[in-house]
Formats: sequence, C-alpha cells, structure tokens
Amino acid sequence: MSLDKSEVQKIAWLARLAIDEQDIPNYSDELSNILGLVERMNSVKTDGISPIAHPLELPARLRADEVTEKDQRDHFQKNAALTEDGCYLVPKVIE
Amino acid sequence: MHQSTLAQLSAALESKQISSEELTRLYLDRCKQFNDSLNCFITITEDEALQKAKQADKQRAENKHTPLTGIPVAQKDIFCTNGIKTSCGSKMLDNFIAPYDATVVEKMNAAGFVTLGKTNMDEFAMGSSNETSFYGSVKNPWNTEYVPGGSSGGSASAVAARLTPIATGTDTGGSIRQPASLCGITGLKPTYGRVSRYGMIAFASSLDQGGPMALTAEDAALMMNVIAGFDERDSTSAEQAVDDYTKNLNNSIAGLKIGLPKEYFGEGLDSNIAKIVEDGIKELEKLGAVCKEIELPNTELSIPAYYVVAPAECSSNLSRFDGVRYGYRCEDPKDLSDLYCRSRGEGFGKEVKRRIMIGAYVLSAGYYDAYYLKAQQIRHLIRDDFQNAFKDVDVIAGPTATGTAFKLNEKLNDPVSMYLSDIYTVSVNLAGLPAISMPAGFVNKLPVGMQLIGNYFEESRLLNIAHQYQQVTDWHKQIPEGFE
Repeated sequence: MSLDKSEVQKIAWLARLAIDEQDIPNYSDELSNILGLVERMNSVKTDGISPIAHPLELPARLRADEVTEKDQRDHFQKNAALTEDGCYLVPKVIE
Repeated sequence: MHQSTLAQLSAALESKQISSEELTRLYLDRCKQFNDSLNCFITITEDEALQKAKQADKQRAENKHTPLTGIPVAQKDIFCTNGIKTSCGSKMLDNFIAPYDATVVEKMNAAGFVTLGKTNMDEFAMGSSNETSFYGSVKNPWNTEYVPGGSSGGSASAVAARLTPIATGTDTGGSIRQPASLCGITGLKPTYGRVSRYGMIAFASSLDQGGPMALTAEDAALMMNVIAGFDERDSTSAEQAVDDYTKNLNNSIAGLKIGLPKEYFGEGLDSNIAKIVEDGIKELEKLGAVCKEIELPNTELSIPAYYVVAPAECSSNLSRFDGVRYGYRCEDPKDLSDLYCRSRGEGFGKEVKRRIMIGAYVLSAGYYDAYYLKAQQIRHLIRDDFQNAFKDVDVIAGPTATGTAFKLNEKLNDPVSMYLSDIYTVSVNLAGLPAISMPAGFVNKLPVGMQLIGNYFEESRLLNIAHQYQQVTDWHKQIPEGFE
C-alpha cells in the first residue's frame, strides 16, 4: 500500500490536521511503511472469527438516569482560550 | 535513605527515624539536582509536596494514618492532578491545569502519598523511547546517552535514579514494562479494567491500563493495594473483588508451571538477552518451578493488529482536542475549520499526527473491514492463543524487550523499526492480560528485564513469583553509577 499526495491530504483533512506542504512526501513514505507493516495481517485467514473490541467482552454497565454531576461550568471553562457569558467563542460560522 | 523500598520507608516513618517532611525534602533535592541531566520531570510540585508532607506528619502524630502516609511518589503526567499542570507530554496540553484528580491520584492522595511532581513521557503515551515528548527526551540513568524506553520513560528513569521511591505508569502496548526493563526496575501492567482509567488521558481506550513502577515486586504490590479496584466512573472498570496483593508474596512457587513461548525466543531476540532470560528462568526452576515450551502462534500478528487498533482508538480519542474547550489554540484562526486544523496541526507532534492519520485512514469509508475488523478478528486469535496456553501452564515467561536501551536518536526516524521492538509486550494488551517486568541482568552495563504474563486478575501470582525471584537475586538492587 502506498499513499500518494492527494490521499495524504484527504486523510489530514478527515483528521482535521493542518500539515505543511513540504512535509507531505515524508508523511506519504512513513504512512505507507506503516500500512505495509499493517498488511502483514493478511497472512492469516480470519473468515468466521468473531471480532472483539474489548479484551474481556463484558457488557456495558447501565446506571439509573439520575443527575450525578454538579454544575462546574465556570471551573471547567478556566482552561478554555476564549469564553464569554459561559459560552465558548469560535470564529463566526454564519455570516 | 533514598535507596529504601516502600516497606523500609514505611517502617522508618513509623519509628520516627525520619519525618515525612525530611523525607520529602530529601527526594525533592534529588529531583532538582538530577532533573537537568535526566529530564524525567515535566513539573516538580515542591510547595504542594511540602504542604502534603507536613499534613502527613500531623496525621501520623494523631495516629490517623495508613502505612504509606507520608511516602513520596511521582505521577506520570498522563494522570489528571487537580490544580496542577497535566500536559501528557504535549504542546497541546502545555497550558492545561487539570480541573479534577484521576481516580488513581485520588486514591493515592487518600492513602497519604506525597506527590513530588509529574513525570515526562512520550507525547500522549505514543512512543517506546520517550523521545516524542514536547518537553524533550528523557535520559537513561544507566547511561545518559541512551533512551529510558517509553512511554513511561520519565517514571522509569526517576525510580531507577532513586529520585522517587515509586511512580505510576500507564501501559497501552508495553509502556510500563519496556521502560521498566530498560531502566532496571519492576513494572506491573494489571489486567485491563483492574485499575480505573478515570482521569487518565485516553490514548487507546481498550488497551490502556495504569500500574506501578517500583524498585521491587513488594512495593508494586503495596501500590496495587491502593490503586486497584472497581470505579463506577470508568465504564470498563472490572467489578471483580480486589486481592490483598501482599498476601501471597511469601508463598513458595514450588510446582509452579511456567510456559516458555517458542515465538519469544526465536529470531529477533538479541542472544545476550536470551541468555539472561534463560538464566532467570533457571533461578525460578531452582525455586521449584517447572518449565515447558508452549506456542503462541499468532504472536507476529500482534504488531500489525496493534498498529490498527491503537491508532484507530487514538484518532477517535484525540478528536476532543479542538482548540475550543481546553488545550492549545492557534493564533488568528480565519474560520472554524482553520481553528480546528491549525490548533491540531500546531499542537500535536509528529508521531501523534502519524498515528491519528493512520487511525483516520483505517476507519475511513471503504477500509473498515480490511483493517479495523480484521485487526479485531486477529485480536480474538491472540486472546485464544493465551487462553489455550493457560490450560497447561500457570504463567508465561520470556523477555520484555528485544534488546537493551538504545542510543538517543537511533530509531527516531524509523517508526516501523521502533514499532517492531514491541513484539513481546503488545499482545498482552490486545488480550487484556496482566504482566510484570523485573530486572534479570545486564548487557554492556545496561539493564535487561524478564517478563511474566499471567491469566486474567492473577496480578497476585505474578507479584508472588517476582518477589520470590527477588529474594534470591539482587539485580533489582543495582543502582546506576552517580545516583548511589
């Protein structure tokens, strides 16, 4: 598997990562090498084997639908770059 | 005093041979003295530590203490610490002051541990050499031209150099065991779900597990008694009852059945390391253990499967870093997309970006079955390999890493070669099993670790074997030159 420039740009966009134009060839090589390693998986047949997402395959735990957290908005927003009146500020989306 | 184990420090505090404040000052002085050369701490929390130590002395005076009250510890900078910078080794979180404590930190604080600071690590725990940290590489105290391993390299280096008696680490593909091996200390990766992941910044949620990095198995057991257990705030926390991990330490291991996977002793293993591990196994045989060769036929597939599962989960987990709610935000974004893309592009380092991109690719439309689904099927095969082995043997033994510590910058530009060196550790994470690395010898004055893998929730057995081994060997007592 080898990724060309447009594929690297597409993946970077999917992941919302700005990457420098000059770094693309490097990413292309490194990501292709990693995918080459990953493709060693194809050396084994896995037809009929069930996939596992969690090593112990435990069911998700349920809880009562009750409020357990108190409002800590101001406390948590101290880590935000820009807030106003309890809202997070971002560049204008709708003109 | 700084060469003492937790049990010895506990006794010294109990007998009033030393106060927690004196002990804390002693370790803080060492941290400050050696951090310039080792770079194992991102933050040293001197004021908070001294305040906590004074409080510990007061609790001891009032007889309101636990055996561990007043003992210093270092926290890997992946664990949220309320009011203290928690960077995860990344520029992205260089300005992040955690607004709450991780469960592990909360439990250790409640037991009376005194936090000396936050240890350096590979950025978002992605790396095997601690060279991907935004804060610079950590040095191995056995030779400062060499890496300490990763991703918990700061914790491993700090414990090996006796800058802290014990530290926390996290292990997603070997990040406790491999640096423990390369720095000559004892590191335990518990069963998946045994230690709460709440407040531990997520890398790959189905693999991540926190655990102790210590001088001895006994110390690791003492820390496990504090941090293990069910936590309703972690949705994958195990509801299984918790052992007293110190209870079985002194049991005999006569009759113990040890499996030696032939795949762990073949091609790719340095012959010097193989010799040391074989000698370690002979010591266990002298203690009455019985060995037999076993097979883990899908071992080779663990690396490719891991490098699908871990990046996929990482790309999903790290999507939360958007430059809006916390973390790094780029200057003058021209629109919302620009804000997201540049904050992430500028805030994440190279290895993290590589893994996010691999993850985004394998999860993208049209590729899911070929990569992610396939990797999850292989994960099933790997888990079955181990379960078949545990029908015949009690534990599995082998090397922790393919070699000793390597030189700084040696593998930095060859990610695939770095990934392949995790061959003996990643399958354990895919299967969710517990495993321990313990010091077993030296090659060219660099430490070598031996790994023991147990069945689910058998941490107690692993600690018992490691403790018995440490009663008849002194590899774990070796101290790097200049740090005595």
